[in-house]
Amino acid sequence: MSVHRTPLGRARGLGSAKDGVGRFIGERVSSVALVFLVIWAVGSALTLARGGYAGALLWLASPVNAALVILLAVAGFYHMRLGMAVIIEDYIGKPSTKALLLIGNAFLCWGALALTVVCLLKVALTGVGA
Amino acid sequence: MAEATSGGRPRPLSPHVMHWRWHVTMAASILNRVSGGACYVGLFLVAGWALALASGEQAYETYMGLLGSLPGKVVLFGFTVATFFHLAAGVRHLVWDMGRGYEKSIASTTAWLAFVFAIVASVAVWVVAGVTGAL
Repeated sequence: MSVHRTPLGRARGLGSAKDGVGRFIGERVSSVALVFLVIWAVGSALTLARGGYAGALLWLASPVNAALVILLAVAGFYHMRLGMAVIIEDYIGKPSTKALLLIGNAFLCWGALALTVVCLLKVALTGVGA
Repeated sequence: MAEATSGGRPRPLSPHVMHWRWHVTMAASILNRVSGGACYVGLFLVAGWALALASGEQAYETYMGLLGSLPGKVVLFGFTVATFFHLAAGVRHLVWDMGRGYEKSIASTTAWLAFVFAIVASVAVWVVAGVTGAL
């Protein structure tokens, strides 16, 4: 165990952060899901681009499309929250600014995810917009 | 970690990024982060699509009109390139996570492949979009 510690770390009696492995794995698992979801989404975007409003309603009425686009939103917003957190942790040194940006990043991603899923479910389940 | 435990010997310093000669793996690493940032913005465009759809026909047509305008198409093409590059670069990372592909020649080759894939796949998607009347 000691070979994995720096002398400074040993002097300060610091162990591991006991945190972070879950995020590391989560970022990778979501990336595997996104490989498939993104390829599907690009194909879907081509269909949606020429279908207009009626075409989009019809497209989202399919349970498979609705499920996959919700999974895309979940995996995408989750993955990008983790990725942006790494960027913030890398470049922002000041603890208060860092904390503020990390919280803002989480709020933005979870908020956008909630709004997206509600919008998609509303249309998927009722078959209409406004 | 050898340096950390030997004591006394000066620790090696990493030169600042501007002191390195540019090589393809370095460009791919930096652009993976940049393209991730672009995709961060891009997914909000997808969220906007869902919001517009749930807001009714008029809002949807307005939103799709914005995306279909020339500036909208430029942004969407950039989003396409960023997405495909980040996808390819992400797959490289997944392979590295399995302990493979670290040899210098292989890492350089896969970096080039990621660039080529991003350009070719993006152009192909937009050509298909044009041919099928999606533009």
